[in-house]
Amino acid sequence: MQPILEVKDLSISFTQYGRGTKQVLLPVIQDLSLTIAPGQVVAVVGSSGSGKSLLAHGILGILPYNSHMAGEITFLGQPLTPQRAAAVRGKEIVLVPQGVTYLDPLMKVGPQIRKGRRDQAAKAASRAVLERYGLGTDTEERYPFELSGGMARRVLIATAAAATPKLVIADEPTPGLDARSAKRVLSHFRELADGGAGVLLITHDLELALTISHRVAVFYAGETVEEANAADFTAGKLRHPYTRALWNALPQNGFVPIPGAQPGPGQVGEGCPFAPRCPKGRPECLGPVPYRALDGGLVRCLYPEGGERP
Amino acid sequence: MSLEAKQLTFGYRRKGKEPVLEGIDLTLEPGERLGLAGPSGRGKTTLCKLLAGYERPDSGLVLVDGRPLKAYRGICPVQMIWQHPETAVDPLMKLGDTLKEGGPVEEGLLEALHIQPAWLERYPTELSGGELQRFCIARALRPGVRYLLCDEVSAMLDLITQAQIWTFLLDQAERRNLGLLIVSHNSPLMERLCTRVQTLA
Ligand code: SF4
Repeated sequence: MQPILEVKDLSISFTQYGRGTKQVLLPVIQDLSLTIAPGQVVAVVGSSGSGKSLLAHGILGILPYNSHMAGEITFLGQPLTPQRAAAVRGKEIVLVPQGVTYLDPLMKVGPQIRKGRRDQAAKAASRAVLERYGLGTDTEERYPFELSGGMARRVLIATAAAATPKLVIADEPTPGLDARSAKRVLSHFRELADGGAGVLLITHDLELALTISHRVAVFYAGETVEEANAADFTAGKLRHPYTRALWNALPQNGFVPIPGAQPGPGQVGEGCPFAPRCPKGRPECLGPVPYRALDGGLVRCLYPEGGERP
Repeated sequence: MSLEAKQLTFGYRRKGKEPVLEGIDLTLEPGERLGLAGPSGRGKTTLCKLLAGYERPDSGLVLVDGRPLKAYRGICPVQMIWQHPETAVDPLMKLGDTLKEGGPVEEGLLEALHIQPAWLERYPTELSGGELQRFCIARALRPGVRYLLCDEVSAMLDLITQAQIWTFLLDQAERRNLGLLIVSHNSPLMERLCTRVQTLA
């Protein structure tokens, strides 16, 4: 089956002014690769502020002017050029943004979903879409500030779903929601995938990501260090030492912190970015570390864990 | 000895609205880790603000070890740590100065929190959420502090930072015999941390 989205060796960096007039190039994403098939939810899990949201902006072609992007993005078999991205944005590719601040605070919900159309068909469609997301018809008459966090998220999803997209990109859709609302919001993304769309879920919440995703790509210091099947987590089949450390830090799995902190953009040295914190690190890890296939997944590590139980 | 809420009622005064909190009773003992559960919008953050003295109740009382909260002068014995540390620090002040505002910091505390000396010279926007949260915790842990209110303090942090910060807080709470009030949406986390849970229905 033709993938919906293929990202190959994507790198995004920013030009910044250092001391004086010297320009420095700050790499934020390096060599990121992933593939999303129809009906699949693929999660990119990384900590807040690690730059993973830029992946969404890169795909949508809405990166800021001082950024540089390299690598290949293919959408439905064709290269996703900036022109094409602009043409499909909001139609075949939709973003469900992180903040409810993306809703127009001065416009009632109904008109926002209908994007200004006023005909009967548009009204019927917006009503149907609200109902599908468990929002009463009275929601149409409300302003964004009158919605709870969970409702506002569902309005954002309803707005996205109304475009019948092929690819849905969800950027941190759950912070601030209680467990029930968060699960509900995520289940709607799964429904969109079950309907044939591809879903890219960008989140810091590994646990929630695992509840709906087929594949999980783990993002560390600007790189994807592992891509695994969701089932690999519970089966103890994790490949990268960082992924394993994440899993072991979950409150229900031991709550064990490893020391140190993730390096920010511009603080990454040569070789493996996890080396300063890795219990298995060796001198070779400071050289090039390729991203390679292992046991049904991908890993960027010279001495990966070989499928044994933790 | 305890932090007590007696019949707290509070409403952001809006016409025709029900009060946010009505007749809330709560007791937090030193050494105890009390979880506060309940769906969003039931006033968990508001209750924390009342307990820490950031808001005044419409009626009811907050008592700290038997004395009304407002009778305390100087550093409040009840300190709150917020979900969004970036909103809890002055954006125009270097973090070292923010820390000094509350008096000298105990020796060894910055090391234990993995706060690097260079960060003291930085402004809040130059640090990550996890780094800032460490500052907010250092600021809250003053000698006279008896109770810590932790409102979703790790919700925005990655799992490893979350485990680091809680391991630190649990250790400090035990050493200082602090009472912790813990608000979180994450039920495995609550199960792990709390000795008791009270639900705001
Ligand atoms: S490449 Fe080396 S340092 Fe990096 S994760 Fe693998 S073993 Fe650890």
